[in-house]
Parts: sequence; structure tokens; C-alpha cells
Amino acid sequence: MSTHADIHAHDDDHGHHPKETFMTKYIFSQDHKMIAKQYLITGTLMGIIGVLMSIMFRIQIAWPEEPNILFEALLGKWAPGGVMDADIYLALVTIHGTIMVFFVLTAGLSGTFSNLLIPLQIGARDMASGFLNMVSYWLFFLSSILMVCSLFVEAGPAAAGWTIYPPLSALPMAQGGSGLGMTIWLVSMAIFIASSLLGSLNYVVTVINLRTKGMSMTRLPLTIWAFFVTAIIGLVSFPVLLSAALLLIMDRSFGTSFFLSDIFIQGEVLHYQGGSPVLFEHLFWFLGHPEVYIVILPAMGLVSEIMATNSRKPIFGYRAMIASILAIAFLSTIVWGHHMFVSGMNPFLGSVFTFTTLLIAIPSAVKAFNWITTLWRGNIQMNPAMLFSIGFVSTFITGGLTGIILGDSALDINVHDTYFVIAHFHLVMGISALYGMFAGIYHWYPKMFGRMLNKKMGYIHFWITAISAYGVFFPMHFIGMAGLPRRYYSNSSFPLFDDLANVNVVITIFAIIGGAVQIIYLYNFFASMFYGKKAVQNPWRSTTLEWTTPVEHLHGNWPGAIPHVYRWSYDYSKPGHDTDFVPQNVPLKEGEEELHH
Amino acid sequence: MTAFLTIIIVLFVAIAIWQMVKIFDLAQVGVSDDQVANDKDNKINAYLMLGFLIFIYVLTILCFVLWGDLPLMSNAASEHGSEVDNLMMISMIVIFVVQTITQFLLHFFAYKYRGEKGKKALYYADNNTLEAIWTIIPVIVLSGLIIYGLFTWTSIMNVSEDDDPLIVELYAQQFNWKVRYGGNDNTLGKANVRLIDIDKANILGVDEADPNAQDDIIVTELHLPVGKPVLIKMRSQDVLHSAYMPHFRAQMNCVPGMITQFGFTPVITTADMRLTPEIIEKVDNINNIREEKSIELAAKGEAALDPYEFDFLVLCNKICGKSHYNMQMKIIVETQEEYDAWIAEQKEFKDSLIK
Repeated sequence: MSTHADIHAHDDDHGHHPKETFMTKYIFSQDHKMIAKQYLITGTLMGIIGVLMSIMFRIQIAWPEEPNILFEALLGKWAPGGVMDADIYLALVTIHGTIMVFFVLTAGLSGTFSNLLIPLQIGARDMASGFLNMVSYWLFFLSSILMVCSLFVEAGPAAAGWTIYPPLSALPMAQGGSGLGMTIWLVSMAIFIASSLLGSLNYVVTVINLRTKGMSMTRLPLTIWAFFVTAIIGLVSFPVLLSAALLLIMDRSFGTSFFLSDIFIQGEVLHYQGGSPVLFEHLFWFLGHPEVYIVILPAMGLVSEIMATNSRKPIFGYRAMIASILAIAFLSTIVWGHHMFVSGMNPFLGSVFTFTTLLIAIPSAVKAFNWITTLWRGNIQMNPAMLFSIGFVSTFITGGLTGIILGDSALDINVHDTYFVIAHFHLVMGISALYGMFAGIYHWYPKMFGRMLNKKMGYIHFWITAISAYGVFFPMHFIGMAGLPRRYYSNSSFPLFDDLANVNVVITIFAIIGGAVQIIYLYNFFASMFYGKKAVQNPWRSTTLEWTTPVEHLHGNWPGAIPHVYRWSYDYSKPGHDTDFVPQNVPLKEGEEELHH
Repeated sequence: MTAFLTIIIVLFVAIAIWQMVKIFDLAQVGVSDDQVANDKDNKINAYLMLGFLIFIYVLTILCFVLWGDLPLMSNAASEHGSEVDNLMMISMIVIFVVQTITQFLLHFFAYKYRGEKGKKALYYADNNTLEAIWTIIPVIVLSGLIIYGLFTWTSIMNVSEDDDPLIVELYAQQFNWKVRYGGNDNTLGKANVRLIDIDKANILGVDEADPNAQDDIIVTELHLPVGKPVLIKMRSQDVLHSAYMPHFRAQMNCVPGMITQFGFTPVITTADMRLTPEIIEKVDNINNIREEKSIELAAKGEAALDPYEFDFLVLCNKICGKSHYNMQMKIIVETQEEYDAWIAEQKEFKDSLIK
């Protein structure tokens, strides 16, 4: 509790921090705003690698086994004569998944915005523990470095799919990537999990303890609710993945048989007996499924906030939004089995998981309808952040609806592990979460860097991304329903799918366009740091507390006392006020009634 | 051809980007370089929202017209398959309706309520009736789907041995499939990978001492008699594989160290399947594509592609290593007589061993 008291002591003697050096300000910073930027930039760099990988394997799928200069330049010995090797194809798929899910959409999204917004929006000088926060970032950085290093291993990086099911991931003789590459993958992920747990712990403690006077839980912006619940899900489920990774390391290196049994490979019987790969699947998906909500809930929080601000309207059904976040969080921990309908587990379990899985559609539907109603009779400001938020709702609906098919065990039999699954989860959590992240970046860039992003480039970025995202993932549903399995290096080794080759070409072309347009965004992002228009204090005329801090960052956030809060965060266009927004720190007028209290 | 198409598309995109920049540029004339959206931005993007709605609808229609009439969507070759297809159709209709309506509302509202200076939004934060409605409607629809789904699932997965199904073992290894029949007693002999003896050609690790194993038959093609229930028992010797038989709406993982199973009844022979209009159309289409490709190959001095003839396949559908993409086996569904004649020709396990 000393930290708690410590931070509140700053209420009075603000600004008397020890002198900051370059090292403490930019590298080993304990300031949550700097750590947020560090997360964002590391996540962006990892994102560039992940997207580039996807472009490479999409080219291979569209024009199988054709030589390509790009492969020759980037893959070296893995593309003899410019033709991509089948092992490296699987490695690209694996590392793309790992990087995008964990390093970009977990650390890059939740790490950035939880760090930036929790203290600023609840009215705290910093996180509960600035030191743990710094350690959390540097562990994430270390795990990123390790993951990138694994790409340069002699026998190739991990290539067993991002789900690393044993025995494939456990036996170096089953696959080149299951040697040193997989060891580094596991170590990197173990460090990542430690980082994520430290971060989550900090977020939970901060939200519970450090809210400013008047900031009751029912006055919190939905962003904070989303980050708070996400952190709790992370704390509950990430340790289970850690245990799975540790047991897998034991099986690989110390001869235990947690996941392996009765294996004959390359002419010899291995000693393993009594283990089960299905156990690994249970442990993996016990995190793996909540993980998709760890990715999507922060995006939902950001989108709710941005939609309300830019519609100049309160978010519709604030309490229902909180209730649905809680319902989704609870259900997310009891649906993991829907990834395992055809794993060989008892079919009765399949029935149970079908039931719980389809229930999750209810809170999701409530959220979607509430966002749509928030737009109704608004005064919608089409800032780039708002476009990405609307795009988020669109892809979340499109992707979410096909969950009705995949969550239904009887239907899953035939589309399991096909392109239908790829289409579903990329739209509902990949693209949607990415849109949430972009929306957040466009909206809070002025807060992070003190300058504005160029809106014209933002518009071009959104519209081309939006068209190519649908162009890539919508047709994928159809090749999936036609039975095309995922993770196939080539679809032309037998003729059954020859008629789908042209669809794959279309998809790849959209993927290249979508990837290329991100260059505009990256230019905008990095150039605006130095040349962007200087931001005013509250450019979006928003109600939340972060916009009451000065544009120039200072450790401790507010130069004076921390503002007190008198109202919820969605007083937009409230009758009886001259402006169309009333910040949370403005006291109620005489006779004014507060909603929800 | 593809290269040409690519260039054309890239060109169109470049023009589109250029045009969009121009549109935004024209809209900015006389306005300060403020980076917050103004009325003109709101208007342009509002219209683009409407355009995007049309784009989603057109894309949906195009996908259904071009690729929606999929051979695998509506002509199941197994008894339970048509039930699965019915449920699939119902789910697709629900999805289609909800998708069409919600996307309309989202994009239309974005268009209709675009921001204008001086306009004030409606302070409208709650409506319990509305929220109750859109909680209850999904509850009802989903209940229906859950109940239907669970009945279908249970009826597929509850294989009863009373129907006297044909017992077949599907054996997976990197990167091929083997099949073992129970022989005259329709009972599989015991087996474990520890019993594999390559020198004696006991490749599946069948227990040589087990009396039930003696008449087992090991082959590399799955033959099934039409109309007879089959119970497929699955084993894997090395890593996870998945036996995916899309035409039969059947899939189950093959897990080292345990036996998994999936039962179904094939309802149409391979020969009859080849005569269905959907398959004829699909095969013609594929053969046209292959002929075109063959012309390209011939120009390069390479051998032409063989023409395609339809066969049921079992595909590996769980990532299993380098040649995962090329791990498939033919399934031949035939009449009982044809099947009997075929199986009579195969060698029994006891005779296949090298002594």
C-alpha cells in the first residue's frame, strides 16, 4: 500500500520529481504514458513483420510454387531459386499467428491503451506500480526480440501452427521447426506471459485503488471497464498457458510424458507412454479462447468511447454495455471446448460447449445493437477514428455471425480447420481488433504525441483497408464451405480444388493492396510525430479526464491537483448546456440531475 | 493471364487512390488545415458509408453467384449429411437476414446522421424496452438453433454397434493413410505402435498373436459398400492428423495413443456421384481449367495435366508437417457385390507377413 499512499502524497507537491535523464525518460521510463508509447511502437514493428509474412504466404497460395523475387530476397536459403519451401510456409503461418495474436493485438493493443488511458481516465498520477509497469514492458520487449531471433535458427522457426499442438511441436524429428526454433518460441512465450501478468495485475490494482474522488465504478468510461475486465481474464487464463508451455518443455527436454504416448516415428518407437495430446488442447484453449476476448474487449472499449464522442451522444445502454462485458468475460472461460469438437473428446462435452458458445452471441448482439443505436440521431463527426469504429462494428457483425455455424458442433464437423474458420476469426477478432487499435491510435495520437495525425491520409487508409479486408476475408468463407483445408502449402497437388484457384488469386490481390496501404498509415504515424499539426488540449471535445491534462507530458499527469469527478463520462449534447459536451470534472448545475445515480 | 489481371487491378487501385486524394483535396479548398473533421469531411465520408454498404451487398451477391453453388454445400454423400446441410441452410438464412439488416442500419445511420455545424444530437441514453427486445430475440433464435444443433450432433455421434456397422480402421502417419478391415469376423485385432516390425512387414503394429488379427486386411484405399453403416476407428502413429471426409460431412482427429471414431452411412456410390449434375458441372469446370493450364505448360515444354475424374477423398486436416498439404486417400463407395468381390481379392494379415 505504500505506493498508493506515495502517489496520493503527490497531490500537493506536484512536479517535484527527481531530474529525468535520457535513460529514465525514454528507455527505462516508469511513466505510464512513455510505456504506452513503447508498447505501441514495439507492437507496430512486430505488426510489420507479421503482415509481411502474411503477404508472403498469400502469394504462395495464389501462385503455388512459382519463383518470386520477394521470397528470394527475404527467405534466403528457405526459397531455393525463389520458390518457397513447404517447411518455411508452415513457419510463416505459425509466426504470423503468434505475432499478430500476442505481440500486436494483446501487447500492442491492450498494453498501449491500458497503460495510456487507465491512469489518465480514472484520474491517477500513474499506475499503482510504475516499476512493475516498466518491468512488464521490458519483459515484453525481451520476448519480442527472442521471437524475432527464432526466425534465424538453422533448422527453421517454430512451424507447428500458432496452437503448437504436440506431438508435432514436441518432436524435432517430426518437423525441422520443432527443434531449437520451438524451444525459443516457448521461452519467448513464457516471458511474454510473465509480462502480461505483471501488466494485468497492475491494471486491476490501479483501477480498484486509484480512482479520483467521485469516480465511482458506474461513472467509469467503458474503456476502463473493458481494460479492467480484460486484465482479470488475463490473470485467470494466461497462467494455464504458462503451465501448458512448461509441461511441453518438460516433455521435449526432460523425457516426461504429459502429452505424448505410443509414438513411432522415423523407424523407431519412442519411450513416451500415458500422456495425451488432448490434454494439451484443453490447456491451450483454456487460455486460447479467452485470449480472443483479451484481444477484442479493449477494442470494444475504445470503440464505445470513440463512437459516443464522435456521435456527440451518450453511449446507448451504458449499463447493458457493462453487463455484456461481464457476461462475455464469464462465458469466455467456459467455451474453450468449441475448438475441440472433433479432437476425440467425449461428444457429450461437445454438446455442453455448443450450448455455452452460442450463449455468448447474446451479449455480443446487445453490444452491436447498442452501438448502432448510439449512431441514431447523432451528429456524427467523421474523424478517421470514427470511421474505424464504424468499420469495427461492421466486421464484428460479419465475422461474429458465422460463429453461429462454427459454435454449433454438428456444423463444425464439416468446416472445422477450413478457410471458413480463417475467415471467421480474422473478421471477428483480427480485423475488428485491428480497427479498434487504429481507431484508438487516431483518437489518442494527440494525447500521446501532442500532434495531430493527417486526416486525409487517415481517410485513404481507412477506405482502402476496409475494402481490402472484406475482399480478403469474405470470399474465404466460400472456399472454406467448399472444403478447402487451412495450412495447405499448395492446393494444386490434387485436382479437387482446382476450381478455387482463381478465388485465391483474388484474395491475394486484395491482401497485397491492403498491406500496401498500411505504408500510408506508417508514414502518417511516424512523420506526424515531428511534422504533424500541433494539437490543442481537447481536439475531439471529449468529456473524459485525459483531455484535462496539458498537451505537454509531465510525470504525474496534472500540474495542479487531480480533478474531481461529478458526472458520468457520456454527457454529450445534454439538454440545458451551451456546449455539446460536459467534461466529467464539471460540477452539476443547480437542479441538474445526473443519469444513473 | 493472371499477371495481366494483376497489373490491371493494381492500375485501377492506383487510379482509385489518386481520385480519392483529389476528392478530398477539392473538398478542402478554402478550409484551414485543421485535422478535425469538418462538415465537408462528414458529408463525403457519409456518402462513402452508403457506398460501402452497397459494396458489402454486391460482394455478398457476387460470392453467392460465383461460388455459392458449391458441390460440397448441398449434396452430401452420407445419411446424416443431409441433416447437417439442412441445419447449415437454416443457419445461413438467419445469418443472411441479420447481416443484411444490421449492416443497413449501421451504414445508413452513419450516412443519415452525419454531423453538421449547429446541429445537436439527441440525448438518448437508455431504453429498457428496446434493450429487452434485442436481448430476447437472439435468445429465441439461438435457442432454436442450439436445440436443432444438439439433436443433430447427438444423432451423428451416437454410433450404436447394434446396427452391425462395418468396422474399419483408418491409420494415419506422416504423410499417408492406411486402412485395416476386420476381415470375416468384422473384428479388428489388437494393435499398438510398439509392435511395429518393419522387417516382417507388420507396418501397423498389429498383434500377431491375436486370433482376431489373423484375417485383418490392410490396404491403401478405403472401399465402402453403399447403404451400409460404417464405423471408422482412427489411430495415428506419430503426430496429430485429422481425417476430413468433406463429402460425407465427416471429420475426426487421429490422436497418437488413443483410438477415436466416427460413424456414417454412405448413400451414393462413386459411380452414381459422378453422374449427378453438380459433379458433372464441377468436373467439366475443373477440366477446362486444367486444359488451359496444360496449354501454358506445353508452351514451356512441360507435360500436360491429366484430366480430372471425381473421387471421394479423405484429406488430412490437422497440421502434421512438411507434406501436410499432400496427404490424401481415395474413398471408393461401391455396391455390396463390387465390395465383396474387391475384398475377396485382398491378402489377409497372416499371409502378408514376411516370415
